[in-house]
Amino acid sequence: MPIQVLMPALSPTMEKGNLAKWLKKEGETIKSGDVIAEIETDKATMEVEATDEGTLGKILIPEGTADVAVNTPIATILADGESAADLAKVPAAPQPKAAEAPAAEARGDAKAEAPQPAAKAPAAPVSEALPDPEIPAGTEMVTQTIREALRDAMAEEMRRDGDVFIMGEEVAEYQGAYKVTQGLLQEFGARRVIDTPITEHGFAGVGVGAAMAGLKPIVEFMTWNFAMQAIDQIINSAAKTLYMSGGQMGCSIVFRGPNGAAARVAAQHSQDYAAWYSQIPGLKVIAPYSAADYKGLLKAAIRDPNPVIFLENEVLYGHTGEVPKLPDFIVPIGKARIARAGKDVTIVSWAMGMSYALKAADELAKEGIDAEVIDLRTIRPMDTETIINSVKKTGRAVTVEEGWQQSGVGSEVAARIMEHAFDYLDAPVTRVSGKDVPMPYAANLEKLALPSVAEVVAAAKAVSYR
Amino acid sequence: MAAPKKTVAKESGQEKAGSPPEFSKEQEFKALRDMLLIRRFEEKAGQLYGMGAIGGFCHLYIGQEAVVVGMQMALKQGDEVITGYRDHGHMLACDMEAKGVMAELTGRRGGYSRGKGGSMHMFSKEKHFYGGHGIVGAQVSLGTGLAFANHYRGNDNVSVTYFGDGAANQGQVYESFNMAELWKLPVIYVIENNRYAMGTSVSRASAQQDFSKRGASFNIPGRQVDGMDVRAVKAAADEATAWCRGGNGPMILEMQTYRYRGHSMSDPAKYRTREEVEKVRHDQDPIEQVRNRLLASGVSEQDLKAIDAEVREIVNEAADFAQHDPEPDPSELYTDIYR
Repeated sequence: MPIQVLMPALSPTMEKGNLAKWLKKEGETIKSGDVIAEIETDKATMEVEATDEGTLGKILIPEGTADVAVNTPIATILADGESAADLAKVPAAPQPKAAEAPAAEARGDAKAEAPQPAAKAPAAPVSEALPDPEIPAGTEMVTQTIREALRDAMAEEMRRDGDVFIMGEEVAEYQGAYKVTQGLLQEFGARRVIDTPITEHGFAGVGVGAAMAGLKPIVEFMTWNFAMQAIDQIINSAAKTLYMSGGQMGCSIVFRGPNGAAARVAAQHSQDYAAWYSQIPGLKVIAPYSAADYKGLLKAAIRDPNPVIFLENEVLYGHTGEVPKLPDFIVPIGKARIARAGKDVTIVSWAMGMSYALKAADELAKEGIDAEVIDLRTIRPMDTETIINSVKKTGRAVTVEEGWQQSGVGSEVAARIMEHAFDYLDAPVTRVSGKDVPMPYAANLEKLALPSVAEVVAAAKAVSYR
Repeated sequence: MAAPKKTVAKESGQEKAGSPPEFSKEQEFKALRDMLLIRRFEEKAGQLYGMGAIGGFCHLYIGQEAVVVGMQMALKQGDEVITGYRDHGHMLACDMEAKGVMAELTGRRGGYSRGKGGSMHMFSKEKHFYGGHGIVGAQVSLGTGLAFANHYRGNDNVSVTYFGDGAANQGQVYESFNMAELWKLPVIYVIENNRYAMGTSVSRASAQQDFSKRGASFNIPGRQVDGMDVRAVKAAADEATAWCRGGNGPMILEMQTYRYRGHSMSDPAKYRTREEVEKVRHDQDPIEQVRNRLLASGVSEQDLKAIDAEVREIVNEAADFAQHDPEPDPSELYTDIYR
C-alpha cells in the first residue's frame, strides 16, 4: 500500500508550518535519505528527508502552502510495483497520531529542539482583553509574535544604550536556539552579541562581573533549567552584592530565557522557576503573558538598575499578539493588569497560567459566573494592591500556576489575601497548580501533571459554592 | 608537608636561573611599610576577634603579605582587584582605609559596607576593589567579567583576580579560563597557593599540584612565583600586566606562599606541625626578608622602627574607631536591597 508522508513536527512546541518547497516531482524515484521538501517553521527552514524508498506518487500539499498542521498528509510514496491506481487505497484522515519524524534533525542536541510531535497547544483564549492602561487610547497596534516582540525590545534598548549587550549559548551566529535573537548579530556585531561556550555557571558569573563594572548585560539561558548550574552567581553574587557593599556596588543585569513546561521534554527540561527566584530579596522577577507585556517589560527590565529574572515561555514564543506601535513602549515593573473585568470571583495568574485562566473565565461566563482575571506580570515585587482590591469586590479567589503548589507563588498570593482581605473573603482561597510530581514524558501523564481549564473552572465554582 | 619552595619565577615548572631584580631603596621601604600594615592590622583583628568585637568568620592574611603588596606595585590606576574571603590584606593594599575595613569587621556604620557585609564582603568602587566574596571560586568568574568589561570598553585596564589553591579546584574556574583565553580578556589569575585549603593539603586535593599549569589545556601561560619574596612577585606581576595590556589574553601566576594562622579564627590547625610553621616564619618571612636587605644596605634600626611606629598608630586608630563607631541605624536593615 502506498506510504503517506506526514507534515513533521520539527520542535517540541511546533503546531504548524509552511510547505516552502518540493524538491522532488511526482513520479520521481526516492531513496531513503533524499531531501524531498523544505518546511518553514517559525524558527527556521528545515529539510524533510524521505525515510522510505519508492516513487513520489502524489503531492497532496502544494508548495507555498502556509500553516499546514503537524501530521497532515503531504504526499504519498509508491512502493515498487505500485502505480497511481494504488493511491486510492490510501485511507483518508484521521492519521496515525505519531508523525513520521523526519531524519532532518539539524543538531542531535537535547539542549534545544529534538523533533517530537507537538502535544500541548493551548489556543488563544476567546476572552476580550481589557485595554492596557500603559497603552494610550488610539495607539496603532502591530501584530507580532512574542519572539519578535522580545527581539525588538532588545534591539531597541541596544540602539539606545551602548552598554547593553547580550551573551549566551547560540545567541549570535545560530540566531538563538529559539530564534529570539534573530538579526541581532547582523545589526550589532560580535562585540555586543556574544556566543558563549556551554558554560552556564561561568558565563553567568562573567555577566555579573561585567555588570559590577557598570555594563548592562542581557544573559540568555537556553532554558531556565540550565540556569540551575548558575544559580549561585544569580543569588549570591547578583542579588546580594548591593546590600553587602552598603549600596556601593549594584548589578544591572537581565537573566532571560524560556521557563516552565514546553512539551514532551520531561522532568529536567520542564520546570517553573517563578517561585524559586521570587523568594530572593534583591531580585526582580517578571513573567509576562501578552506580546505587548513581553516587549514593554523586557525594555523596562533592561533599563532597571537591579538584577532582573525574566521568565519567558517557549510555548508562547510563536503566539501572536497586538503590540503598540510606539517609539518607546515601556510597561512598569511591579504592576499587575486586570486582563478581564468581573465581579463574582478573582482568578490570579501569570505567564502560561493565563491561558487556562482566561479560557476558564469564558467557560464560567456561560454558567453565569463573572470572573475577574488578574495577570500579575511581575512576581516580585508583587502588586498586592491590585489583587486585594479585586478580592474586596469579589470575595473569592483562585490562583493558577503551572509550578508546584508547595511554597508556590499561588501560596504567596493566598497568604497576602488572608493577611490583607480576610474579612472580605466568602470562601477559602483555592490554588490550581502543577501536580506534585516531576514532569512526566508520556503525553497523557504530562497533560495530567499540568493544570487544566476544567480544574480552574471547578475551583472557581467551588469557591462560589456553585 | 614541604614548606613552599624557595624559587624565583619559573615557566610552568621549568627553573629559570637568577634572583629577581633588586628593588630600589624607595621600593623596599614601600613594600616593607605596606606589608607591615597588613600584618599589624591582621594581628589586631585577631585580638579583637578574641575579645568578641569581631564576629562570624575572620580569615587572616598573615604570612601571605608579599603576594598582594608585590602585585599592587605593578598595577596602575583603574586596574581592578577582586578576591575571595581572605581579603583584608587586598583591601589595605588597594589603599582602602584601615578604619573603614576594621569598622566593617566590627559591624559598625563606618565600615566599608556600612556594617552589612562583614569580613568577607567589602568593596570600594573608588579604589577599584570588587570584593570580598564568600563563595569559594565565585570571584574567578566575576573577575573574568571585570576583564570582559575592560575588553568591551577597549581600555587597557587589567583585572587581577585572586583565589586560593582550594578554589582552583572549582569548576567555574575552568569555565572562566576557557572564556578568558577564547576572548583574550585582560585578566591575571593569581593563585595564592598557601598549601592548605582549610585543612586539606594540596597533595591531598589536587591531581596537578603545579598550579601554573592549570591553564595549560586552554593555552594560558602560567608562572610559578616565590610568593614570599615581594621582588619576585613584582617581577612576575610586571610580566603579567604587560602580557594582558598587550592584548594577549590572560595569564596565571601561582604564588607559592604560606599562611601562618589557621584557616579562620576557629581553626586549631592540627593538620600541620608547629615546626613546619616555625620553619617558614624563620626562613622565608616576607617582611623579614625586606628588613634584612634594608639593614644590610646600611639603613638603621631606627629608621625601620619609625615605619613600625607609623603603622602601629594607623592600626590602633582603626581599632579604636571600630570599637567606638555606632552600629548601623536599624533603618539600614531595609536599605540597599534595590536601587
